[in-house]
Amino acid sequence: MVTFIKSISSWIIIAGIAALLPLVFDSYFALTLLSKMGVLIMFAVAYNMLLGQGGMLSFGHAIYFGFAGYVSVHVLNGIGEETLPYIPIVLLPIIGAIIGLCLGIIIGYLSTRRAGTAFAMISLGFCEMATALTLIFVVFFNGEDGIQTDRVVGPEPFGVSFGPQVEVYYLILFWSVLTVALMYFLTKTPFGRMSNAVRDNPERAAFIGYNVRHVRWLAFSLSAMFAGAAGSLHALNYEHIGFESVSLIQSGAVLFMVFIGGVGHFLGPIIGAIGLTYLDSTLADITEAWLLYLGLTFATIVAFAPGGLAGLIVMHGPIVSTNKTLLIGLIKPYLAAIGSTLLGLLGTIGIIEMLYFRSLISKGEGEVVIFWTEFNANGILSWIIFFAAIIISIFLCKITYPKARESWDHAISVVKSEISS
Amino acid sequence: MDVILFTVFNSVLYGMLLFMLSSGLTLIFGMMGILNFAHASFFMLGAYFAYQISEILGFYPALFIAPIIIAFCGALVERYGLRRVHKFGHVAELLFTFGLFYIIEEIVQMIWGKVPVGYHIPLSMDFPLFTLMGMSYPAYQMFTLTISVAIFLGLFAILTKTRAGLIIKAALTHPEIVSSLGHNVPKVFMMVFGLGCGLAGLAGVLAGNTLGTEPAMALMLGPIVFVVIVVGGLGSLKGALVASILIGLMQTFAISLDYSINSVMELLGLTLDIESLWHILVDLTISQLAPILPYLLLVVILIARPRGLFGTRDV
Repeated sequence: MVTFIKSISSWIIIAGIAALLPLVFDSYFALTLLSKMGVLIMFAVAYNMLLGQGGMLSFGHAIYFGFAGYVSVHVLNGIGEETLPYIPIVLLPIIGAIIGLCLGIIIGYLSTRRAGTAFAMISLGFCEMATALTLIFVVFFNGEDGIQTDRVVGPEPFGVSFGPQVEVYYLILFWSVLTVALMYFLTKTPFGRMSNAVRDNPERAAFIGYNVRHVRWLAFSLSAMFAGAAGSLHALNYEHIGFESVSLIQSGAVLFMVFIGGVGHFLGPIIGAIGLTYLDSTLADITEAWLLYLGLTFATIVAFAPGGLAGLIVMHGPIVSTNKTLLIGLIKPYLAAIGSTLLGLLGTIGIIEMLYFRSLISKGEGEVVIFWTEFNANGILSWIIFFAAIIISIFLCKITYPKARESWDHAISVVKSEISS
Repeated sequence: MDVILFTVFNSVLYGMLLFMLSSGLTLIFGMMGILNFAHASFFMLGAYFAYQISEILGFYPALFIAPIIIAFCGALVERYGLRRVHKFGHVAELLFTFGLFYIIEEIVQMIWGKVPVGYHIPLSMDFPLFTLMGMSYPAYQMFTLTISVAIFLGLFAILTKTRAGLIIKAALTHPEIVSSLGHNVPKVFMMVFGLGCGLAGLAGVLAGNTLGTEPAMALMLGPIVFVVIVVGGLGSLKGALVASILIGLMQTFAISLDYSINSVMELLGLTLDIESLWHILVDLTISQLAPILPYLLLVVILIARPRGLFGTRDV
């Protein structure tokens, strides 16, 4: 009971902080960004129910997100044109959730027989089919243009019209805290545990008498349901929905968020959604190569830190909980490793930016601005500087990384001996 | 009749292109369990490399050099990327190649720009080879067809008649035993991966000038290749061939069929209200539905026969 109250109170604290954010960041840009983050956190946590908890890699989870968005837009338009009865806008995500659940039950039935790569391939097939459908059924999906809507429809209960962005933010906040909390408690239920068991060892799960396919199917359907609710809010937030919300672009985006954030921990997708949404809306204006950086980061995380950012943080959990003084010993080797990585990053970014500059932006001029400094993209000197940075960084990383690893191993071994003594 | 023959020719051509793309992937996937999401990216790289080389040396050197470079790139990706990720399992490998797909697409945009490049059919082959029943058959496409048939026969002969093929097939099912017999299984994997990528690159060299060489071409063909290997059966070369031709026929014929359920209903004397939603549904012609047909086939195969046409185990 005490732990239950503790976990409830931490949710309330998080919700409270999020509710105060618009008072600090009150510009329109910040509010849309925060709303977008809320929606994508919901979507990412729902996706992680599938990937992290259930071990199913889907390339088609945007189907539920996008289709729910389309239905929500039609509902909003229907209310506006008075062809549909009025329902409170607050309840729109429930419609999205129902759409997601129904689609999830159907598609999940067809695709959850196997997990792993076969499942991933099937999900890609469904994703392509859904994208093609949105372009074929012009009447419902309106082709490549997508559909516009107006979220200010019907009566305004308590004077809330959802016209101003801040009202939409609070709506998104309410739903995302509610659904994320629900999904969190779902991981603590026997179903959540069975989902993990099926992920780790389907044969044993089947041996103790569980129908592996049914567990996967249920996880799939529930995940689709939450994704649908997020899709509804996405449509409401933008007052527009287009075919790209159904396509591989959206599915890939949520996969990047969840995996870079970390699949192994509940907070991972939240970290990923916040971080990537922020970078997406700020970096995309600064650099042309944003997707290249994203792809490189993703591949690096897959190869070197499959636990994602959350995994790297969680690694230090035992040290924090037993002996905090050990952390001080970690600072120096960690800083050395981070420093040498940053140097390599600097070199890579410099090279990529100069390449992009040469091919896309201008062929005649040579001055490219990287990190507020002008470099001559045609001069040999700037290339030498950046290549030298990369080579030195590789050299330094070879020294600093084993040291960082060693000091972590040492700290963990101290923790282990302290626990056992 | 002449139109049907010409359509068959075109669909076989498209099918053989799909086969060249998917033969490598079905070997890689069947053997190593690696579902290479970036397979079509190597196809795209093949087209771009061929464009760049043919600008300097001409088309025929490009035909040989580009696939070899791609095969080399593929082997490097296997050696320094996938082998690292291998210990985290097949899903991690798939994720890695998914990242690679984005990286290659962005690098291609970085070097060659976002608009299609002018990669053309070589002038020496830009003429109709023969005319059959009023339809002329271009020499270049006959050339492509010949090469792809030769590739199929060559691969089939290597896999069934040579010792190397025997080792590859054995490593496919029993890697531990093959390795304990003294064969370097990781090296075999690397070479098969390189070969598969090289084949995809060759397909890119041959098709880039007819389909158009642009950064979106990987995304256009990538998912269809997955359909081919599932429908054909994992690891089956024969299956990949049949499935490729089947999908080629399906897509090419579907585009030329302008019939819908509505036209059948009109024949039967049934009509629907023009304004109703049902009318919109039944009025969709087969040619409009052509893009979803391969994926529909995928779903049907998965429900009815998960091992594919010629596969030995379920997907």
